[in-house]
Amino acid sequence: MSDAVLTHGAHAPASTRLQHHFDTMAQQKEAVTLGMWVFLVTEIMFFGGMFAAYLIYRMWYYQGFVAASRELDLVLGGINTVVLIGSSLTVALGVHAAQTGKKQQTVNYLLLTGVLGLAFLVIKYFEYSSKFDLHAAHHGASMIRLFPGAGIFEVTGEYAGIASQMRIFMVLYFALTGMHALHMIIGIGILAVITRMAMKGEFTPHWYAPVEIFGLYWHFVDIVWIFLFPLLYLVNRHG
Amino acid sequence: MNSRMDAHAHHADLGHEHVTPLGVYFGIFGALMALTAITVGVAWVNLGSLNILVALGVALVKASLVVLYFMHLKYSSKLTWIVVASGLFWMMILFGITMADYLTRGWMISPTILH
Repeated sequence: MSDAVLTHGAHAPASTRLQHHFDTMAQQKEAVTLGMWVFLVTEIMFFGGMFAAYLIYRMWYYQGFVAASRELDLVLGGINTVVLIGSSLTVALGVHAAQTGKKQQTVNYLLLTGVLGLAFLVIKYFEYSSKFDLHAAHHGASMIRLFPGAGIFEVTGEYAGIASQMRIFMVLYFALTGMHALHMIIGIGILAVITRMAMKGEFTPHWYAPVEIFGLYWHFVDIVWIFLFPLLYLVNRHG
Repeated sequence: MNSRMDAHAHHADLGHEHVTPLGVYFGIFGALMALTAITVGVAWVNLGSLNILVALGVALVKASLVVLYFMHLKYSSKLTWIVVASGLFWMMILFGITMADYLTRGWMISPTILH
């Protein structure tokens, strides 16, 4: 069993990071990566169920979905899309820096990823809070308050007839973006731990699996948003 | 462990079997930004029922770019490919069978309580 460890004793950092049940670092990395992908596949199914619900209700209540979608802030949603894809770039660059043994760069890119992640959540907070306010709808004189809670949700005027449909959209909006935001909050927590490890200089080109694995998670969260953005903010902006 | 295997293991042991050039990352980021602009622009054009297909198509291309290059699937083992493909396959079952049901039942109207 310890053949590999003994043989590669010269590579001290690699060997100390090699768990006893693996023969080589490459085998260990393969297993770690595969395990993360298996988890991400379960995440695909988790979000997939909500996306399926969205598609069915969108077919049934298209009119309400169009009206409610137009009430979402496209500018803030668009900025968040750029912020999140930007954070995917910085985490990819962080993995690259770890791969090539650039410690300070790794730390910097991970910190930048955290800043972008927090920026996303702050923007999301302002978007969420505006849904609690009573305000005029974009078209006509309707007054709307879009948080779908009891005694809070309110739609009057020309949209009153499709109020219940709009409410379904807003339930899905908060469920989908809420679960997405929860994933980001968890991700930022994990990121803090990994950034601390990077600051301590624990990563080398031989072993940087936590950075790589965190990157996979963060990119997945980015992909969820890549689908959420057009489906929620861009149901129908023409006509 | 014989010496040939050991030499192979030693080589692979270095762990950096593939380092993506930085230019690829920036290129993919540029492509993702361009595709985001396209998906926003298309939403303002009336394509009828094609709108959602274009939106989902663009999102699929963006997701593929992220998976292949940012998540390094392009350089991952076949086993990883199989796991990813099985995930997509199961998701197709989820969507395919659900939609085959809802889209083909002409007699099943939407709950009318919501107009």
